[in-house]
Amino acid sequence: MKVLTVVRQVPDAEARVRAEGGRVDLTGVTFVMDGMDEYGVEEAIRLREAGHDLEIVAVAVGPARFADALRTALALGADRAVHVVTDEQLDPVTLAGVVAQVAREEGAELVLTGGKQADWDSSALGPALAEHLGWPHADWTTRLELAGGELRLRHDVDDGVEELTVTLPAVVTTQQGLNEPRYPTLPNIMKAKRKELATRDLAALGAPAPRVRVVSQEIQVRPRLNRMIDGEPEEAAREVARLLRTEAKVI
Amino acid sequence: MVILLVTEERRGRLKRSAAELVTAARELGGDAVGLVLGADPGAAAEELAAYLPRVTALRGAFATAEAVAAAAADAARDLGADVVLFAADKLGLSASPRAAVRLGGALLDDVTAVSREGGAVRAKRFSYLSRVTETVEALASPVVVSVKTNALAPAGHAGARGTVEVREAPAPADPRKRVGERTAAQGARLPLEEARVVVAGGRGLGSAERFAAVVEPLAEALGAAVGATRAVVDAGWRPYAEQVGQTGKTVAPELYVALGISGAVQHLSGMNRAKVIVAVNKDADAPIFKVADYGIVGDVASVGPALLEAVKETTAG
Ligand SMILES: Cc1cc2nc3c(=O)[nH]c(=O)nc-3n(C[C@H](O)[C@H](O)[C@H](O)COP(=O)(O)OP(=O)(O)OC[C@H]3O[C@@H](n4cnc5c(N)ncnc54)[C@H](O)[C@@H]3O)c2cc1C
Repeated sequence: MKVLTVVRQVPDAEARVRAEGGRVDLTGVTFVMDGMDEYGVEEAIRLREAGHDLEIVAVAVGPARFADALRTALALGADRAVHVVTDEQLDPVTLAGVVAQVAREEGAELVLTGGKQADWDSSALGPALAEHLGWPHADWTTRLELAGGELRLRHDVDDGVEELTVTLPAVVTTQQGLNEPRYPTLPNIMKAKRKELATRDLAALGAPAPRVRVVSQEIQVRPRLNRMIDGEPEEAAREVARLLRTEAKVI
Repeated sequence: MVILLVTEERRGRLKRSAAELVTAARELGGDAVGLVLGADPGAAAEELAAYLPRVTALRGAFATAEAVAAAAADAARDLGADVVLFAADKLGLSASPRAAVRLGGALLDDVTAVSREGGAVRAKRFSYLSRVTETVEALASPVVVSVKTNALAPAGHAGARGTVEVREAPAPADPRKRVGERTAAQGARLPLEEARVVVAGGRGLGSAERFAAVVEPLAEALGAAVGATRAVVDAGWRPYAEQVGQTGKTVAPELYVALGISGAVQHLSGMNRAKVIVAVNKDADAPIFKVADYGIVGDVASVGPALLEAVKETTAG
């Protein structure tokens, strides 16, 4: 069975993000594989370690730097990688259509991807991909078992936790709690260099028209008072309570 | 402009977020029609009719995003809707992308504001772990929008009551996805996302016992919900349902009290829309102080109980 894990290379969470002229400026920023996608790669490897006969294909759609996330996925244990190279900023629904095309060509039966991406702050990729493929999906997954062509999962819903059974083929979005992603070891990093990393041209996949345009981006600033209250605990606490009542008027 | 507002019945009632969607619909202007999905949607549909001239209720099994998306897309097509509104709760975030694909439309997801510029639908949303606010514009129609809960003020009732039509949902549930047992999040406490005040604790509290002893009474005194960092949830001190942040819940309370929390971006991304932030941390350089309105450098073990006493005195007086 073929499993795709979709990965993205996003700014490191601690990176300072700037905006200029209404656009986010990422020059000088350190990029890493999206932490949310790591859970998907890890889970695919664990399925194989649990005895399932899988080929794991890491897929990325994005600019040249996304190749780093693919190399990381290969070093972790993916068998090969496909990089659809594009500098175009595609919205999640449009991008999901491109991934769906790759999934169809590969004959994949399971696609794993992060529950929410750290760059566009969207959880739409997984569900949109499933709809493009006409498959069911499970999102915010915290437990996954594969048996007899079915996935048994646990995932978060608004008011708690729900058990699900999903028939393959399916899309699963991953998150914290599902597993503890491993680190790539040096020998595996070396081995990964010999694994196949194929590049594809977005145009060859039908060059989809974007459905959303980013008009402008600004750093979110909420002015804060940053007022430090000194003194012994009792004194400082009393002063904060007073300010919350009389100045901020929130208690 | 024709707007379809999609919501679900929850325990026989209208979801609180429905009134926020009405605000979004009024912001956009046009004819809004309500769609209430659920096993027993009649009463919720009657509630929604206080806001909208026309409401349809579909009685059926809508436990999955697939079923919600299919019903919403069918209704949008029948109606010739230009905009389809969902609440950006977990079910809405899961169903709305599917509806957008089904309709061949555009998705503006998890937005905090909507508007119309000329003929185009625009929205504001966060990106880069909530560090950036962006304005996006739909380039395809219809436009499916999911609206962040608690971002818009709930609308008031309309002057006249709307009509309500209850119908049976035609399609049976897709057998490829079966919903099993559902376990409600721990406790009958105030839902985190709806709380006006949140008292949250981090690893600085040192143990599950200290967390409970310091955070819970203060939350009680403030009528607040309890929040936690991921480090605390990973340590097993608190349930995941209480986690605030990128992989937890997003809150926007009037007051957020952060006790023993370092202020990592993933945590800030879930709470940085709080109106007022109070932080207590023993490290004067902790990043949480950069986003705080009022900060106390000190040990939570002593400042926490002192805050409790001070709050009790202040609110009693
Ligand atoms: C993909 C991903 C997603 C994530 N999602 C989330 C998320 O949703 N929510 C989240 O919270 N985190 C999330 N994180 C984790 C985040 O990066 C931080 O690790 C986490 O928020 C730290 O929690 P903390 O502040 O409780 O602990 P720490 O970082 O350990 O900070 C503890 C703080 O307490 C202070 N302290 C210690 N003792 C005392 C004392 N006695 N009195 C007062 N102060 C004291 C310390 O000075 C320190 O600042 C995520 C990480 C990743 C990689």
